[in-house]
Amino acid sequence: MTAYEKVTAARAKGRATAVDYIAEIFDDFLEMHGDKRFADDKSVVAGIASLQGLPVTVIGIEKGRNIKERSLRNSGSAHPEGYRKALRQMKLAEKFNRPVICFVDTPGAYCGIGAEERGQGQAIAENLTEMMTLKTPIISIVIGEGGSGGALALSVADEVWMLENAIYSVISPEGCASILWKDASRAKDASECLKLTAEDLYKFRVIERIIAENDYKFLHIKTELLKTITKNKALSQAELLNNRYMRFRKIGETTQ
Amino acid sequence: MMKFRKPKNYLEGSRRLANAVKKGITDDLVVQCPKCKKSLENSELVGRLNVCIYCGHHFRQNARQRLNFICDKGSFAELYGEMVSQNILSFPEYDKKLANAKLSSAEKDAVICGTCTINGVKSAIFVMEPYFMMGSMGVVVGEKIASLFELATQKQLPVVGFTVSGGARMQEGILSLMQMAKISGAVKQHSDAGQLYICVLTDPTTGGVTASFAMQADVTIAEPNALIGFAGPRVIEQTIRRRLPDGFQQASFILEKGFTDDIIERKDQKNYITKLLKLHNYGNQN
Ligand SMILES: [Zn+2]
Repeated sequence: MTAYEKVTAARAKGRATAVDYIAEIFDDFLEMHGDKRFADDKSVVAGIASLQGLPVTVIGIEKGRNIKERSLRNSGSAHPEGYRKALRQMKLAEKFNRPVICFVDTPGAYCGIGAEERGQGQAIAENLTEMMTLKTPIISIVIGEGGSGGALALSVADEVWMLENAIYSVISPEGCASILWKDASRAKDASECLKLTAEDLYKFRVIERIIAENDYKFLHIKTELLKTITKNKALSQAELLNNRYMRFRKIGETTQ
Repeated sequence: MMKFRKPKNYLEGSRRLANAVKKGITDDLVVQCPKCKKSLENSELVGRLNVCIYCGHHFRQNARQRLNFICDKGSFAELYGEMVSQNILSFPEYDKKLANAKLSSAEKDAVICGTCTINGVKSAIFVMEPYFMMGSMGVVVGEKIASLFELATQKQLPVVGFTVSGGARMQEGILSLMQMAKISGAVKQHSDAGQLYICVLTDPTTGGVTASFAMQADVTIAEPNALIGFAGPRVIEQTIRRRLPDGFQQASFILEKGFTDDIIERKDQKNYITKLLKLHNYGNQN
Protein backbone atom coordinates (compact mmCIF):
# COMPACT_ATOMS: atom_id res chain seq x y z
CA MET A 1 0.00 0.00 0.00
CA THR A 2 1.18 3.53 -0.72
CA ALA A 3 1.34 6.12 2.05
CA TYR A 4 -1.81 7.77 0.77
CA GLU A 5 -3.67 4.47 0.64
CA LYS A 6 -2.77 4.09 4.31
CA VAL A 7 -4.06 7.60 5.01
CA THR A 8 -7.34 6.66 3.33
CA ALA A 9 -7.54 3.36 5.21
CA ALA A 10 -6.78 5.04 8.55
CA ARG A 11 -9.70 7.42 8.00
CA ALA A 12 -12.09 4.93 6.36
CA LYS A 13 -15.67 4.72 7.56
CA GLY A 14 -16.43 1.37 9.13
CA ARG A 15 -12.98 1.15 10.67
CA ALA A 16 -13.02 0.15 14.34
CA THR A 17 -12.93 3.17 16.65
CA ALA A 18 -11.78 3.54 20.27
CA VAL A 19 -15.09 2.37 21.76
CA ASP A 20 -14.86 -0.85 19.72
CA TYR A 21 -11.37 -1.57 21.07
CA ILE A 22 -12.54 -0.86 24.61
CA ALA A 23 -15.55 -3.17 24.24
CA GLU A 24 -13.55 -6.00 22.64
CA ILE A 25 -10.47 -5.99 24.87
CA PHE A 26 -11.75 -5.12 28.37
CA ASP A 27 -14.48 -6.20 30.77
CA ASP A 28 -16.58 -4.09 33.14
CA PHE A 29 -15.68 -0.75 31.55
CA LEU A 30 -17.02 2.06 33.74
CA GLU A 31 -16.95 5.37 31.90
CA MET A 32 -15.95 8.47 33.87
CA HIS A 33 -17.12 11.78 32.45
CA GLY A 34 -15.85 15.32 32.69
CA ASP A 35 -12.69 17.20 33.59
CA LYS A 36 -14.27 18.51 36.84
CA ARG A 37 -13.36 22.02 35.70
CA PHE A 38 -15.48 23.05 32.76
CA ALA A 39 -17.24 20.31 30.81
CA ASP A 40 -17.36 16.75 29.55
CA ASP A 41 -15.61 16.55 26.18
CA LYS A 42 -17.18 13.65 24.32
CA SER A 43 -14.21 13.39 21.95
CA VAL A 44 -12.42 11.60 24.76
CA VAL A 45 -13.76 8.43 26.38
CA ALA A 46 -12.15 7.55 29.70
CA GLY A 47 -12.76 5.14 32.54
CA ILE A 48 -11.77 2.10 34.53
CA ALA A 49 -11.94 -1.48 33.31
CA SER A 50 -10.63 -4.96 33.84
CA LEU A 51 -7.97 -6.41 31.56
CA GLN A 52 -8.39 -10.11 32.22
CA GLY A 53 -8.84 -9.42 35.92
CA LEU A 54 -6.28 -6.63 36.15
CA PRO A 55 -7.77 -3.18 36.94
CA VAL A 56 -6.62 -0.65 34.33
CA THR A 57 -7.40 2.90 33.26
CA VAL A 58 -8.52 3.15 29.64
CA ILE A 59 -8.61 6.36 27.60
CA GLY A 60 -9.58 6.69 23.96
CA ILE A 61 -10.05 9.50 21.49
CA GLU A 62 -13.32 8.61 19.79
CA LYS A 63 -14.22 9.76 16.28
CA GLY A 64 -17.71 8.26 16.15
CA ARG A 65 -18.94 5.49 13.89
CA ASN A 66 -21.77 7.27 12.05
CA ILE A 67 -22.90 10.82 11.28
CA LYS A 68 -24.76 11.22 14.55
CA GLU A 69 -21.88 9.91 16.64
CA ARG A 70 -19.32 11.91 14.72
CA SER A 71 -21.23 15.07 15.46
CA LEU A 72 -21.41 14.17 19.16
CA ARG A 73 -17.71 13.27 19.24
CA ASN A 74 -16.59 16.27 17.14
CA SER A 75 -14.99 13.62 14.86
CA GLY A 76 -12.31 13.02 17.47
CA SER A 77 -11.02 16.60 17.60
CA ALA A 78 -10.74 17.18 21.32
CA HIS A 79 -11.06 20.46 23.20
CA PRO A 80 -8.82 21.28 26.19
CA GLU A 81 -11.39 19.59 28.46
CA GLY A 82 -10.77 16.28 26.69
CA TYR A 83 -7.06 16.34 27.49
CA ARG A 84 -7.79 17.49 31.04
CA LYS A 85 -10.31 14.69 31.51
CA ALA A 86 -7.68 12.22 30.32
CA LEU A 87 -5.07 13.65 32.69
CA ARG A 88 -7.46 13.50 35.62
CA GLN A 89 -8.06 9.80 34.98
CA MET A 90 -4.32 9.21 34.59
CA LYS A 91 -3.66 10.86 37.96
CA LEU A 92 -6.22 8.53 39.51
CA ALA A 93 -4.55 5.61 37.79
CA GLU A 94 -1.27 6.64 39.41
CA LYS A 95 -2.93 6.93 42.81
CA PHE A 96 -4.45 3.47 42.60
CA ASN A 97 -1.51 1.90 40.84
CA ARG A 98 -3.41 1.04 37.65
CA PRO A 99 -1.64 0.82 34.29
CA VAL A 100 -2.92 3.28 31.65
CA ILE A 101 -3.87 2.24 28.13
CA CYS A 102 -4.63 4.93 25.53
CA PHE A 103 -6.26 4.48 22.13
CA VAL A 104 -5.42 7.32 19.77
CA ASP A 105 -7.57 8.22 16.77
CA THR A 106 -7.77 11.93 16.00
CA PRO A 107 -7.32 14.31 13.09
CA GLY A 108 -5.80 16.69 15.67
CA ALA A 109 -6.70 18.94 18.59
CA TYR A 110 -9.66 21.16 17.71
CA CYS A 111 -8.86 24.59 16.27
CA GLY A 112 -11.57 26.98 17.43
CA ILE A 113 -12.33 30.04 19.52
CA GLY A 114 -13.39 28.22 22.69
CA ALA A 115 -10.45 25.83 22.45
CA GLU A 116 -8.03 28.76 22.30
CA GLU A 117 -9.82 30.70 25.05
CA ARG A 118 -9.55 27.74 27.39
CA GLY A 119 -5.91 26.99 26.63
CA GLN A 120 -5.61 24.21 24.05
CA GLY A 121 -1.83 24.61 24.06
CA GLN A 122 -1.62 24.66 27.85
CA ALA A 123 -3.79 21.53 28.16
CA ILE A 124 -1.60 19.53 25.78
CA ALA A 125 1.60 20.90 27.32
CA GLU A 126 0.49 19.82 30.78
CA ASN A 127 -0.25 16.27 29.61
CA LEU A 128 3.25 16.02 28.14
CA THR A 129 5.01 16.89 31.40
CA GLU A 130 2.63 14.95 33.65
CA MET A 131 2.64 11.79 31.54
CA MET A 132 6.43 11.84 31.41
CA THR A 133 6.57 11.30 35.19
CA LEU A 134 3.33 9.42 35.83
CA LYS A 135 4.34 6.64 38.20
CA THR A 136 2.49 3.80 36.50
CA PRO A 137 2.98 2.01 33.17
CA ILE A 138 1.46 3.71 30.10
CA ILE A 139 0.90 2.11 26.69
CA SER A 140 -0.54 4.07 23.78
CA ILE A 141 -1.92 2.52 20.60
CA VAL A 142 -2.55 4.58 17.47
CA ILE A 143 -5.56 2.79 15.95
CA GLY A 144 -6.41 5.19 13.11
CA GLU A 145 -5.19 8.75 12.74
CA GLY A 146 -2.46 10.09 14.99
CA GLY A 147 -2.93 13.79 14.34
CA SER A 148 -0.04 15.90 15.66
CA GLY A 149 -0.11 17.46 19.15
CA GLY A 150 -3.62 16.17 19.78
CA ALA A 151 -2.32 12.62 19.41
CA LEU A 152 0.92 13.22 21.30
CA ALA A 153 -1.12 14.49 24.27
CA LEU A 154 -2.08 10.84 24.89
CA SER A 155 1.10 9.22 23.62
CA VAL A 156 3.85 10.03 26.10
CA ALA A 157 4.05 6.35 26.99
CA ASP A 158 6.47 3.54 27.81
CA GLU A 159 5.58 1.94 24.49
CA VAL A 160 3.64 3.25 21.50
CA TRP A 161 2.09 0.77 19.08
CA MET A 162 0.39 1.33 15.76
CA LEU A 163 -2.12 -0.60 13.76
CA GLU A 164 -0.72 -1.68 10.41
CA ASN A 165 -2.78 0.90 8.50
CA ALA A 166 -2.71 3.67 11.07
CA ILE A 167 -0.84 6.92 10.48
CA TYR A 168 0.92 9.31 12.87
CA SER A 169 2.05 12.69 11.64
CA VAL A 170 3.15 16.18 12.64
CA ILE A 171 0.64 17.70 10.20
CA SER A 172 -2.19 16.37 8.02
CA PRO A 173 -1.20 15.60 4.43
CA GLU A 174 -3.71 18.24 3.30
CA GLY A 175 -2.20 20.86 5.61
CA CYS A 176 1.29 19.96 4.45
CA ALA A 177 0.31 20.14 0.77
CA SER A 178 -1.31 23.54 1.16
CA ILE A 179 1.81 24.93 2.82
CA LEU A 180 4.24 23.27 0.45
CA TRP A 181 2.45 23.67 -2.88
CA LYS A 182 -0.45 25.99 -1.95
CA ASP A 183 -2.67 23.11 -3.05
CA ALA A 184 -4.42 20.88 -0.51
CA SER A 185 -5.42 18.45 -3.25
CA ARG A 186 -1.82 17.29 -3.50
CA ALA A 187 -2.27 15.45 -0.19
CA LYS A 188 -1.21 12.24 -1.93
CA ASP A 189 2.28 13.61 -2.64
CA ALA A 190 2.51 15.12 0.83
CA SER A 191 1.66 11.74 2.40
CA GLU A 192 4.77 10.27 0.83
CA CYS A 193 6.99 13.14 1.99
CA LEU A 194 5.83 13.07 5.60
CA LYS A 195 6.83 9.44 6.31
CA LEU A 196 3.73 8.85 8.40
CA THR A 197 3.08 5.11 8.05
CA ALA A 198 3.56 2.57 10.83
CA GLU A 199 6.54 1.11 8.93
CA ASP A 200 8.19 4.54 8.68
CA LEU A 201 7.69 5.22 12.38
CA TYR A 202 9.01 1.80 13.32
CA LYS A 203 12.10 2.49 11.23
CA PHE A 204 12.63 5.82 13.03
CA ARG A 205 12.15 3.99 16.37
CA VAL A 206 9.23 6.23 17.26
CA ILE A 207 7.03 3.16 17.85
CA GLU A 208 7.77 -0.28 19.31
CA ARG A 209 5.24 -2.48 17.58
CA ILE A 210 3.06 -2.79 14.50
CA ILE A 211 -0.24 -4.62 15.00
CA ALA A 212 -1.43 -6.63 12.00
CA GLU A 213 -4.98 -5.81 10.94
CA ASN A 214 -6.74 -9.15 10.87
CA ASP A 215 -9.59 -10.91 12.70
CA TYR A 216 -7.37 -11.56 15.70
CA LYS A 217 -6.21 -8.02 16.29
CA PHE A 218 -8.22 -7.44 19.49
CA LEU A 219 -7.08 -10.73 21.00
CA HIS A 220 -3.52 -10.05 19.89
CA ILE A 221 -3.55 -6.59 21.52
CA LYS A 222 -5.00 -8.05 24.72
CA THR A 223 -2.24 -10.66 24.92
CA GLU A 224 0.52 -8.16 24.16
CA LEU A 225 -0.88 -5.62 26.64
CA LEU A 226 -0.79 -8.20 29.42
CA LYS A 227 2.78 -9.21 28.55
CA THR A 228 4.06 -5.63 28.35
CA ILE A 229 2.28 -4.52 31.51
CA THR A 230 3.72 -7.46 33.42
CA LYS A 231 7.17 -6.58 32.15
CA ASN A 232 6.82 -2.88 33.07
CA LYS A 233 5.26 -3.58 36.46
CA ALA A 234 8.39 -5.53 37.39
CA LEU A 235 10.53 -2.39 36.95
CA SER A 236 11.26 -0.01 39.79
CA GLN A 237 9.56 3.38 39.51
CA ALA A 238 12.90 5.03 38.78
CA GLU A 239 13.66 2.55 35.99
CA LEU A 240 10.20 2.91 34.50
CA LEU A 241 10.41 6.71 34.38
CA ASN A 242 14.00 6.79 33.23
CA ASN A 243 13.17 4.39 30.37
CA ARG A 244 10.21 6.56 29.40
CA TYR A 245 12.33 9.70 29.37
CA MET A 246 15.13 8.05 27.40
CA ARG A 247 12.63 6.68 24.90
CA PHE A 248 11.91 10.27 23.80
CA ARG A 249 15.33 11.69 24.62
CA LYS A 250 16.94 9.44 22.02
CA ILE A 251 14.68 10.42 19.15
CA GLY A 252 16.69 12.34 16.61
CA GLU A 253 19.89 11.96 18.60
CA THR A 254 21.48 9.45 16.21
CA THR A 255 21.19 11.93 13.36
CA GLN A 256 23.72 14.37 14.80
CA MET B 1 -12.94 27.54 0.25
CA MET B 2 -14.08 30.91 1.53
CA LYS B 3 -11.79 33.90 1.34
CA PHE B 4 -10.83 35.51 4.57
CA ARG B 5 -9.39 38.83 5.48
CA LYS B 6 -5.78 38.39 6.43
CA PRO B 7 -5.64 38.70 10.22
CA LYS B 8 -4.03 41.95 11.25
CA ASN B 9 -1.29 40.56 13.36
CA TYR B 10 -0.25 37.55 11.32
CA LEU B 11 3.31 37.41 10.10
CA GLU B 12 3.82 41.14 10.27
CA GLY B 13 7.29 42.41 10.80
CA SER B 14 10.03 43.01 8.37
CA ARG B 15 12.83 40.69 7.46
CA ARG B 16 14.41 43.58 5.59
CA LEU B 17 14.56 45.51 8.83
CA ALA B 18 16.03 42.67 10.82
CA ASN B 19 18.73 42.06 8.26
CA ALA B 20 19.55 45.73 8.10
CA VAL B 21 19.76 45.87 11.87
CA LYS B 22 22.03 42.89 11.90
CA LYS B 23 24.38 44.33 9.35
CA GLY B 24 24.46 47.60 11.23
CA ILE B 25 22.85 49.56 8.45
CA THR B 26 21.46 52.64 10.09
CA ASP B 27 20.96 54.95 7.14
CA ASP B 28 17.80 55.79 5.28
CA LEU B 29 15.86 52.55 5.72
CA VAL B 30 12.32 53.41 6.67
CA VAL B 31 9.59 51.11 7.95
CA GLN B 32 5.96 51.76 8.64
CA CYS B 33 4.61 50.83 12.06
CA PRO B 34 1.77 48.33 11.53
CA LYS B 35 -0.10 49.76 14.51
CA CYS B 36 0.09 53.56 14.30
CA LYS B 37 1.12 53.63 10.60
CA LYS B 38 3.78 56.24 11.25
CA SER B 39 7.06 55.98 9.40
CA LEU B 40 10.07 55.08 11.44
CA GLU B 41 13.70 55.32 10.51
CA ASN B 42 15.62 52.19 11.15
CA SER B 43 18.09 54.02 13.38
CA GLU B 44 15.21 55.08 15.62
CA LEU B 45 14.19 51.46 16.10
CA VAL B 46 17.64 50.04 16.73
CA GLY B 47 18.33 52.27 19.68
CA ARG B 48 14.93 51.45 21.15
CA LEU B 49 14.95 47.66 21.14
CA ASN B 50 12.78 47.61 17.98
CA VAL B 51 9.85 49.27 19.71
CA CYS B 52 7.88 52.02 17.93
CA ILE B 53 8.75 55.38 19.45
CA TYR B 54 5.22 56.69 18.83
CA CYS B 55 2.88 53.90 19.97
CA GLY B 56 5.04 51.30 21.70
CA HIS B 57 4.39 48.58 19.12
CA HIS B 58 6.91 45.78 19.60
CA PHE B 59 8.52 44.75 16.31
CA ARG B 60 10.15 41.35 15.99
CA GLN B 61 13.64 41.15 17.30
CA ASN B 62 16.30 38.67 16.34
CA ALA B 63 17.82 36.38 18.94
CA ARG B 64 21.26 38.04 19.16
CA GLN B 65 19.69 41.43 19.81
CA ARG B 66 17.68 39.95 22.67
CA LEU B 67 20.74 38.26 24.13
CA ASN B 68 22.65 41.55 23.94
CA PHE B 69 19.96 43.26 25.95
CA ILE B 70 19.21 40.52 28.52
CA CYS B 71 22.68 39.12 29.26
CA ASP B 72 25.30 41.15 31.10
CA LYS B 73 27.99 42.42 28.75
CA GLY B 74 30.40 39.66 27.78
CA SER B 75 28.71 37.06 29.98
CA PHE B 76 26.98 34.98 27.32
CA ALA B 77 28.70 31.67 26.54
CA GLU B 78 26.99 29.87 23.69
CA LEU B 79 26.35 26.12 23.88
CA TYR B 80 25.60 23.55 21.17
CA GLY B 81 26.19 26.25 18.54
CA GLU B 82 27.69 23.78 16.09
CA MET B 83 24.52 21.70 15.63
CA VAL B 84 22.97 21.88 12.17
CA SER B 85 19.75 20.36 10.83
CA GLN B 86 19.83 17.56 8.33
CA ASN B 87 17.25 16.57 5.77
CA ILE B 88 16.55 13.21 7.40
CA LEU B 89 13.30 12.59 5.52
CA SER B 90 14.69 13.82 2.16
CA PHE B 91 11.84 16.29 2.30
CA PRO B 92 11.37 18.33 -0.90
CA GLU B 93 13.00 21.78 -0.89
CA TYR B 94 14.10 21.46 2.72
CA ASP B 95 17.81 21.78 1.91
CA LYS B 96 17.10 24.99 0.01
CA LYS B 97 14.92 26.28 2.86
CA LEU B 98 17.67 25.59 5.38
CA ALA B 99 20.24 27.36 3.24
CA ASN B 100 17.98 30.40 2.87
CA ALA B 101 17.20 30.43 6.59
CA LYS B 102 20.91 30.44 7.38
CA LEU B 103 21.40 33.38 5.05
CA SER B 104 18.49 35.46 6.28
CA SER B 105 19.18 34.87 9.98
CA ALA B 106 22.96 34.41 10.00
CA GLU B 107 22.29 31.58 12.48
CA LYS B 108 22.75 27.82 12.16
CA ASP B 109 19.28 26.95 13.47
CA ALA B 110 16.16 28.39 15.10
CA VAL B 111 17.35 28.63 18.71
CA ILE B 112 20.44 29.96 20.49
CA CYS B 113 21.32 28.43 23.86
CA GLY B 114 23.93 29.19 26.47
CA THR B 115 24.72 30.42 29.94
CA CYS B 116 25.04 34.01 31.07
CA THR B 117 24.63 36.34 34.00
CA ILE B 118 21.60 38.61 34.24
CA ASN B 119 22.45 41.56 36.50
CA GLY B 120 25.00 39.25 38.06
CA VAL B 121 22.72 36.22 38.45
CA LYS B 122 23.96 33.12 36.64
CA SER B 123 21.33 31.56 34.36
CA ALA B 124 20.83 29.18 31.49
CA ILE B 125 19.16 30.94 28.58
CA PHE B 126 17.55 30.04 25.25
CA VAL B 127 16.27 32.48 22.67
CA MET B 128 14.40 31.38 19.56
CA GLU B 129 15.18 33.06 16.24
CA PRO B 130 12.26 34.42 14.19
CA TYR B 131 14.34 34.84 11.04
CA PHE B 132 15.24 31.15 10.89
CA MET B 133 12.12 29.49 9.44
CA MET B 134 10.01 31.48 11.93
CA GLY B 135 11.50 29.66 14.88
CA SER B 136 10.28 26.28 13.67
CA MET B 137 11.11 23.35 15.96
CA GLY B 138 12.98 20.41 14.50
CA VAL B 139 15.40 17.86 15.92
CA VAL B 140 18.19 20.41 16.47
CA VAL B 141 15.93 22.83 18.37
CA GLY B 142 14.67 19.91 20.47
CA GLU B 143 18.15 18.60 21.15
CA LYS B 144 19.54 22.03 22.08
CA ILE B 145 16.74 23.04 24.43
CA ALA B 146 16.52 19.60 26.09
CA SER B 147 20.31 19.61 26.60
CA LEU B 148 20.13 23.09 28.11
CA PHE B 149 17.48 22.03 30.64
CA GLU B 150 19.53 18.95 31.53
CA LEU B 151 22.60 21.10 32.07
CA ALA B 152 20.60 23.58 34.18
CA THR B 153 19.25 20.71 36.30
CA GLN B 154 22.75 19.39 36.85
CA LYS B 155 24.26 22.82 37.62
CA GLN B 156 21.24 24.04 39.62
CA LEU B 157 20.63 26.99 37.33
CA PRO B 158 17.36 28.72 36.48
CA VAL B 159 16.31 28.70 32.82
CA VAL B 160 15.17 31.88 31.07
CA GLY B 161 13.60 31.27 27.67
CA PHE B 162 12.24 33.45 24.86
CA THR B 163 9.86 31.73 22.47
CA VAL B 164 8.96 32.69 18.93
CA SER B 165 7.73 29.91 16.71
CA GLY B 166 5.29 28.83 14.05
CA GLY B 167 5.41 25.36 15.65
CA ALA B 168 6.92 22.01 14.83
CA ARG B 169 9.05 21.78 11.67
CA MET B 170 6.94 19.99 9.09
CA GLN B 171 10.01 19.09 7.01
CA GLU B 172 11.24 16.77 9.78
CA GLY B 173 7.90 15.00 10.09
CA ILE B 174 7.19 12.89 13.16
CA LEU B 175 10.71 13.49 14.50
CA SER B 176 9.88 17.16 15.03
CA LEU B 177 6.64 16.26 16.85
CA MET B 178 8.63 14.04 19.21
CA GLN B 179 10.78 17.02 20.22
CA MET B 180 7.76 18.37 22.10
CA ALA B 181 7.82 15.33 24.37
CA LYS B 182 11.60 15.32 24.61
CA ILE B 183 11.80 18.95 25.75
CA SER B 184 8.79 18.48 28.08
CA GLY B 185 10.61 15.65 29.82
CA ALA B 186 13.71 17.78 30.36
CA VAL B 187 11.58 20.70 31.61
CA LYS B 188 9.84 18.38 34.08
CA GLN B 189 13.14 17.04 35.46
CA HIS B 190 14.39 20.61 35.92
CA SER B 191 11.15 21.54 37.66
CA ASP B 192 11.15 18.45 39.89
CA ALA B 193 14.70 19.40 40.92
CA GLY B 194 13.25 22.63 42.34
CA GLN B 195 14.69 24.95 39.71
CA LEU B 196 12.96 28.00 38.23
CA TYR B 197 11.94 28.31 34.59
CA ILE B 198 10.82 31.70 33.26
CA CYS B 199 9.40 31.87 29.75
CA VAL B 200 8.85 35.05 27.74
CA LEU B 201 6.32 34.59 24.94
CA THR B 202 7.07 36.79 21.95
CA ASP B 203 5.39 37.30 18.60
CA PRO B 204 4.33 34.78 17.37
CA THR B 205 4.32 31.76 19.69
CA THR B 206 2.09 29.05 18.25
CA GLY B 207 1.65 25.34 17.47
CA GLY B 208 3.84 22.70 19.01
CA VAL B 209 5.91 25.22 20.96
CA THR B 210 2.81 26.62 22.65
CA ALA B 211 1.62 23.04 23.26
CA SER B 212 4.88 22.23 25.06
CA PHE B 213 7.65 24.31 26.64
CA ALA B 214 6.07 27.76 26.10
CA MET B 215 3.27 26.77 28.48
CA GLN B 216 5.34 24.81 31.01
CA ALA B 217 7.17 27.60 32.82
CA ASP B 218 6.78 28.52 36.48
CA VAL B 219 6.41 32.13 35.43
CA THR B 220 5.15 33.01 31.95
CA ILE B 221 5.28 36.57 30.67
CA ALA B 222 4.16 37.86 27.31
CA GLU B 223 5.49 40.71 25.22
CA PRO B 224 2.98 43.43 24.24
CA ASN B 225 1.10 42.75 20.98
CA ALA B 226 2.51 39.22 20.69
CA LEU B 227 0.29 36.63 19.00
CA ILE B 228 0.09 33.59 21.25
CA GLY B 229 -2.01 30.50 20.59
CA PHE B 230 -2.13 26.86 19.68
CA ALA B 231 -3.68 27.09 16.22
CA GLY B 232 -2.77 29.96 13.93
CA PRO B 233 -5.55 32.46 13.16
CA ARG B 234 -5.83 31.42 9.52
CA VAL B 235 -6.34 27.78 10.46
CA ILE B 236 -9.01 28.70 13.00
CA GLU B 237 -10.82 30.92 10.51
CA GLN B 238 -10.82 28.13 7.96
CA THR B 239 -12.10 25.64 10.55
CA ILE B 240 -14.92 27.76 11.96
CA ARG B 241 -15.62 29.56 8.67
CA ARG B 242 -15.87 33.00 10.13
CA ARG B 243 -13.62 35.88 11.05
CA LEU B 244 -11.95 36.08 14.41
CA PRO B 245 -12.72 39.01 16.69
CA ASP B 246 -10.14 41.82 16.92
CA GLY B 247 -7.44 41.18 19.45
CA PHE B 248 -7.99 37.41 19.45
CA GLN B 249 -4.83 35.58 20.62
CA GLN B 250 -3.07 38.87 21.38
CA ALA B 251 -1.03 39.10 24.58
CA SER B 252 -3.81 41.05 26.34
CA PHE B 253 -6.30 38.29 25.41
CA ILE B 254 -3.97 35.61 26.78
CA LEU B 255 -3.65 37.61 30.01
CA GLU B 256 -7.42 38.02 30.26
CA LYS B 257 -8.00 34.30 29.72
CA GLY B 258 -5.47 33.45 32.40
CA PHE B 259 -2.62 31.87 30.43
CA THR B 260 0.16 34.34 31.14
CA ASP B 261 1.21 35.81 34.47
CA ASP B 262 1.76 39.30 33.10
CA ILE B 263 2.64 41.39 30.06
CA ILE B 264 6.03 43.05 30.32
CA GLU B 265 7.43 45.58 27.86
CA ARG B 266 10.73 44.70 26.28
CA LYS B 267 12.65 47.52 27.96
CA ASP B 268 11.52 46.30 31.40
CA GLN B 269 12.14 42.59 30.89
CA LYS B 270 15.70 42.45 32.17
CA ASN B 271 14.79 44.12 35.46
CA TYR B 272 11.65 42.04 35.81
CA ILE B 273 13.55 38.80 35.25
CA THR B 274 16.26 39.89 37.69
CA LYS B 275 13.67 40.55 40.41
CA LEU B 276 12.09 37.16 39.79
CA LEU B 277 15.44 35.38 39.96
CA LYS B 278 16.30 37.09 43.25
CA LEU B 279 12.86 36.37 44.72
CA HIS B 280 13.60 32.72 44.01
CA ASN B 281 16.88 33.03 45.89
CA TYR B 282 19.19 32.90 42.91
CA GLY B 283 22.29 35.06 43.13
CA ASN B 284 21.87 35.55 46.88
CA GLN B 285 24.41 32.95 47.94
CA ASN B 286 28.07 33.89 48.24
ZN1 LIG C 1 3.70 52.76 16.10
